[in-house]
Amino acid sequence: MKARVHVMLKNGVLDPQGEAVRHALGALGFDKVEGVRQGKVIDLDLSEGATEADVTAMCEKLLANTVIESYSIEMA
Amino acid sequence: MKAAVVVFPGSNCDRDLAVAFEQAGFDVSMVWHKDSALPEGVDIVGVPGGFSYGDYLRCGAIAAQSPICKAVIEHADRGGYAIGVCNGFQILTETGVLPGALLRNAGLKYICRTVDLKVTTSDSVFTQGYNAGDVIGVPIAHHDGNYFADADTVKALQDQDRVAFTYEDNPNGSMADIAGILSENRRVLGMMPHPERAADEGHGGTDGTAMFRALAGMVTAA
Repeated sequence: MKARVHVMLKNGVLDPQGEAVRHALGALGFDKVEGVRQGKVIDLDLSEGATEADVTAMCEKLLANTVIESYSIEMA
Repeated sequence: MKAAVVVFPGSNCDRDLAVAFEQAGFDVSMVWHKDSALPEGVDIVGVPGGFSYGDYLRCGAIAAQSPICKAVIEHADRGGYAIGVCNGFQILTETGVLPGALLRNAGLKYICRTVDLKVTTSDSVFTQGYNAGDVIGVPIAHHDGNYFADADTVKALQDQDRVAFTYEDNPNGSMADIAGILSENRRVLGMMPHPERAADEGHGGTDGTAMFRALAGMVTAA
């Protein structure tokens, strides 16, 4: 089974990389972009029986730094 | 007086930190990341700068889960002394020994130059060799040195006099110009600038020497 974890900087935490992407898009003429936030996608291959609770524990312990990041989990 | 300097794959300031400790009179042991215990009777632990584990995932995130870091956390929890410089600061925040996190520099650039630091408090073994308000020149060399913590945490750090150093001219977007902070018991210091790179005439400046000198004789094993 698989899980996909999205890790994003929390709202209110400055995302200078997202800002740089927004500026670059503006420079290319994409003038309808009002904001860009950049994050990470982490795909996990899991053995049978792994639960969302397991993945939550992984996020809390390692995959996300909850001081600055939020995460969401998709199980598939 | 015994100091231990932790070495991770990708550490590159470990020997500089060891030399700074040695010059202040410490016997220094280098401790490998796979070790699960610190040497007996260690008075202070140094977590050096560099790019531990290639900075993969987040700076310091994987180092914070290494066997030796468990021992460093236990050492700090027992009231032991520790200093984390640059990547070492990032690692100490990732372990939760120090609050907050280090984000990508606001200007997105890696910055390597000597900056002016204000000593914000002299009330710690690390900063007692300075006067509060002193301005010292210490090199920075980082891409992710932008200190972030929620507003309550920053206020608590300020109210408890736990901001050790601030930047005179904020190079990286750090909240409240914070360059270094102390733990609640004031025995753990994390800072982005490199005092061990300002500890010898050959470095072009010796403003960091007072920190290592002050540590000598003041720290005791926990």
